[in-house]
Amino acid sequence: MKPVLTPEQAIEAIKDGSSVMAGGFMGCGNAFTLIDALINKGSKDLTLITSDTAFPEVGVGRLICQGRVKNLYATHIGTNPVSGQKMNSGEMNVTLVPQGTFSERIRAKGAGLGGVLTPTGIGTDIEKGKQKLTIEGKEYLLELPLGAEFALIKAEVCDKQGNCFLPMATKNAAVVMAMSADYVIVEAEAIVEAGALDPDKVTIPGVFISAIVKSVLPAANLQLKA
Amino acid sequence: MDPKEKRIRLVKRIAQEFPDGALVNLGIGMPTMVADYIPQGRTILLHSENGFTGLGPQAKKGEEDPRLVNAGGQPVTIVPGGCFFDSSMSFAIIRGGHVDYTVLGALEVDEQGNLANYMIPGKMIPGMGGAMDLVVGAKNVIIAMEHVNKNGAPKILKRCSLPLTAVGEVDLIVTDMAFIRVTKKGLVLEEIAEDTTVEEVIKCTEAKLHVPGKLGKF
Repeated sequence: MKPVLTPEQAIEAIKDGSSVMAGGFMGCGNAFTLIDALINKGSKDLTLITSDTAFPEVGVGRLICQGRVKNLYATHIGTNPVSGQKMNSGEMNVTLVPQGTFSERIRAKGAGLGGVLTPTGIGTDIEKGKQKLTIEGKEYLLELPLGAEFALIKAEVCDKQGNCFLPMATKNAAVVMAMSADYVIVEAEAIVEAGALDPDKVTIPGVFISAIVKSVLPAANLQLKA
Repeated sequence: MDPKEKRIRLVKRIAQEFPDGALVNLGIGMPTMVADYIPQGRTILLHSENGFTGLGPQAKKGEEDPRLVNAGGQPVTIVPGGCFFDSSMSFAIIRGGHVDYTVLGALEVDEQGNLANYMIPGKMIPGMGGAMDLVVGAKNVIIAMEHVNKNGAPKILKRCSLPLTAVGEVDLIVTDMAFIRVTKKGLVLEEIAEDTTVEEVIKCTEAKLHVPGKLGKF
């Protein structure tokens, strides 16, 4: 059985300077309750690993705007202008990673692989500092595994063994993040007894999950165009 | 013709390239308009890099579902025949060569089919997102863009000056003025827009353009 905790209990071990992965894509699938708890706790100097920084008032975007992130690994920051500002001012270090490489590096860590060979980035600035291998005449970059101390995952349903269902487009990078972080917290809209979630409909196996938290904040991630 | 009509003309021309049943990824901005001009009798399947195929029209006001957005974070719909998956699967589809066509914008394209579209150092650094994987993985890479930038300078160059998204991957360049194919021997001007001339196109292009005997119009 996985512990069902309050948001504050679940994030207790997250200290200033911790590395945190956050599932979500443009806010869709961000764990709003956990992110809110992190902000309220005053956590700062975080290394945040997430697909993008959403929008200023949404999910992980708020962590950026509040100046809580010292190092950011992301694939795209264009939708949140504050990210670019903090990068240019030197307040935040930003490492931009191609999205396919991002999910595969994280997966490699969780899957016990030494790295991945990808053709993405060959001939570009992405090559810098990386080993290149030629296999059967084609060049690949050796990209290394990427893990974190914590991962914040949003699920619709989670059973008490941690098996969870992530609907629709909320899956994104959360699936591989759950594999690769040391302590994985699932924020679930519904927490059910083991057996109540069809084992054939599980998105993330409970074996990766460390703790479960009940979601209290709705997924209000939509920045609707006027 | 005003700029908006020219944009529609170029996305309409791109839409004609897709055979029935093609798996297509459309980049944010102008490329998304291509979906509105698929010729009658043909159906394509749109891939959304954030984790599904069957990307449909924007969600109706009041019917938005926060669990279903496009790669730009806007609420959308999914059509019958689509399916959801995670990022690792999404990019296996992309990098593994399963996307037939990707259409994206560009800051610069050059004679060798190099593409620069993800940053202007010191000025604009939005990040590459899925662009590098898309351009490397997709079977056909189509660039949809204005022929010259807002200062009137050519965007089709001898060599890209900005950081590259990928090397030698562009297959077609479609602008408000021209339809250009990237080949081993260089850029071939296959068609020009109805309201321009070959001379005008060459004037607005820094790269060398091969002009075949027979020239199409669009």
